[in-house]
Amino acid sequence: MTTAAATAPTGGFGYRHPRAKLVGLLGAPMAWLVVVYLGSLAALFLTAFWTVDGFTGAVVRTFTLNNFIDVFTTPAYLQVMVRTIGIAISVTLLCLILAVPVAYFMARVAPHRWQPLLIAMILTPLWASYLVKVYAWRAMLNPESGVIAWFLQPLGLGGPGFGAVGIIITLTYLWLPYMVLPVYAGFSRLPNSMLDASADLGARSWRTFRSVIVPMIFPSIVAGSIFTFSLSLGDYITAQIVGGKTQMLGNVVQQNYVTNLPFAAAFATIPVIIVLIYLAAVRRSGALENL
Amino acid sequence: MESVTIRVRGLSRHFGDVVAVDHVDLDVMPGEFLTLLGPSGSGKTTVLRMIAGFEKPDSGTIELDGVDVTQVPPFARDVNTVFQDYALFPHMSVLTNVEYGLKVKKVTKAERIERARAALASVRLEGYEDRAPSQLSGGQRQRVALARALVNRPKVLLLDEPLGALDLKLREEMQVELKQIQREVGITFVFVTHDQDEALTMSDRIAVFNEGRIAQLGTPAEIYEHPATTFVAGFVGTSNLLDSATAQEVLGRPGTWSVRPEKIRVWVDGQTAPEGHHRLNGTVREVIYAGMSTRFVVDLPSGSSLMAVQQNTETTGELGHLRGQSVCLSWDPAYEYEVSTDH
Repeated sequence: MTTAAATAPTGGFGYRHPRAKLVGLLGAPMAWLVVVYLGSLAALFLTAFWTVDGFTGAVVRTFTLNNFIDVFTTPAYLQVMVRTIGIAISVTLLCLILAVPVAYFMARVAPHRWQPLLIAMILTPLWASYLVKVYAWRAMLNPESGVIAWFLQPLGLGGPGFGAVGIIITLTYLWLPYMVLPVYAGFSRLPNSMLDASADLGARSWRTFRSVIVPMIFPSIVAGSIFTFSLSLGDYITAQIVGGKTQMLGNVVQQNYVTNLPFAAAFATIPVIIVLIYLAAVRRSGALENL
Repeated sequence: MESVTIRVRGLSRHFGDVVAVDHVDLDVMPGEFLTLLGPSGSGKTTVLRMIAGFEKPDSGTIELDGVDVTQVPPFARDVNTVFQDYALFPHMSVLTNVEYGLKVKKVTKAERIERARAALASVRLEGYEDRAPSQLSGGQRQRVALARALVNRPKVLLLDEPLGALDLKLREEMQVELKQIQREVGITFVFVTHDQDEALTMSDRIAVFNEGRIAQLGTPAEIYEHPATTFVAGFVGTSNLLDSATAQEVLGRPGTWSVRPEKIRVWVDGQTAPEGHHRLNGTVREVIYAGMSTRFVVDLPSGSSLMAVQQNTETTGELGHLRGQSVCLSWDPAYEYEVSTDH
């Protein structure tokens, strides 16, 4: 009889309530992002408008713009800001110069079966502790006993020692994999026929590189630069260990957060704003749409 | 200098242990539409890529207008390629794509734009200059790729399965259009395809490739009507072979013979078959109605089978009742050809 049709299996709860399924899927990660991530950013931003009691050092919750005025009118702080941005840009450019040939070799020159090994080799440094790597660089950069000074001495040259150059070298080493991997992915996605077509139309290698390869992997370069730039901008431990007297933004925040939390908060919003400006600039270039 | 546009001699190329191209000799005449036809892995694309310069031959020579270009890199060869995936530069507009070859060759901007516009007009794409390739349909991209190659006025245009990605209707339109464009510009075309209909429709001559060698080279009619080998008979058109035993019985001669399906007529009553036709009895295994025609698969007493195709000029195609019936097949002996059984 027709009753058989009535007992046809129905979909499960998730099938009948697709919205509930979505909430179940994304509820926990969204809660984490909103509360912990955005929440802490909001707290940081809010604190930046408070002040401290001069006697007790306790945070006073009254609205003031003085922290930001201090940050932007004190020459020493402006200098730290400019230096930090300079270091982040240098690190990004150095990573780019090193990563493009390496990634090109990995994706387009090396035999296919080598690729997993090469990727593993690029990733291996990420397995070592950050501190171990930075202290290793401290040992190498040491102007008296470091291996770099030791190599350069016979040539009559002094090593970079501890300072901005040492920071740039160390950060470049630390963040290089974050540039190599997206650029490698970009090169892998580049169809062979594009390079053939360019050669077919009369272009030599350099012309093909400039007119076809670079524009096509530009989104990957931007992706890598977002990592290297923002990671460098926020770093302060490397500056402490290999920077000598050179300070970065993070060092100023660290020195102030016990004694003057609102000022530290105001200072800490600066790299956030710089990264937002950078992302906006990158977005205007259209590179993010192809990520 | 005798006029040969491309002269290929003893061309060989292997990939690992696989011999992709095996001592190929080929002459392409000026203004000719030559198709390299074959199944995948038969070496046709590798030959094309070696003519373009993307692959280097292990041995053999390639001459372009009498000049040996075997060691010349692709950017210095006066040939252009239309790629299977079109290979349009995604970051450039349609016009910039078409201009690219001229720009690389340092043609002045005014001339460049004029020639690029003319090339786009010749493929009926006026008004699309500023579009991005991603905003175009497959057929339009195909035309841009064609314009980008033709604008350089190469000696030879190489086309690597350029219609493969289009749907049937568009493909048939483009076949006619490509042939028309080729006639208008008068450039030599070397066209690679695995589609026998495409090859028969468009080509002046066809080189049928099998296992790295040219199995037969000839006009479409020669290839279709007189296939030289069993491979060609099977790859171009339907394989319709009389085995040696049947040939001995019907034709009075041994060997493998080919008769195209549309040359065979099907008679329910053998007495009505025309005088002078070769005749053969069999049992209808399958009747396939295909709109314009009906296909009959007929089992022969020897165990093999033949296909016969009849135009549906006098029937409505409702011939399913013939399934399982004994019929008589007949054909004019002028249409039977002996084929060699080596590949």
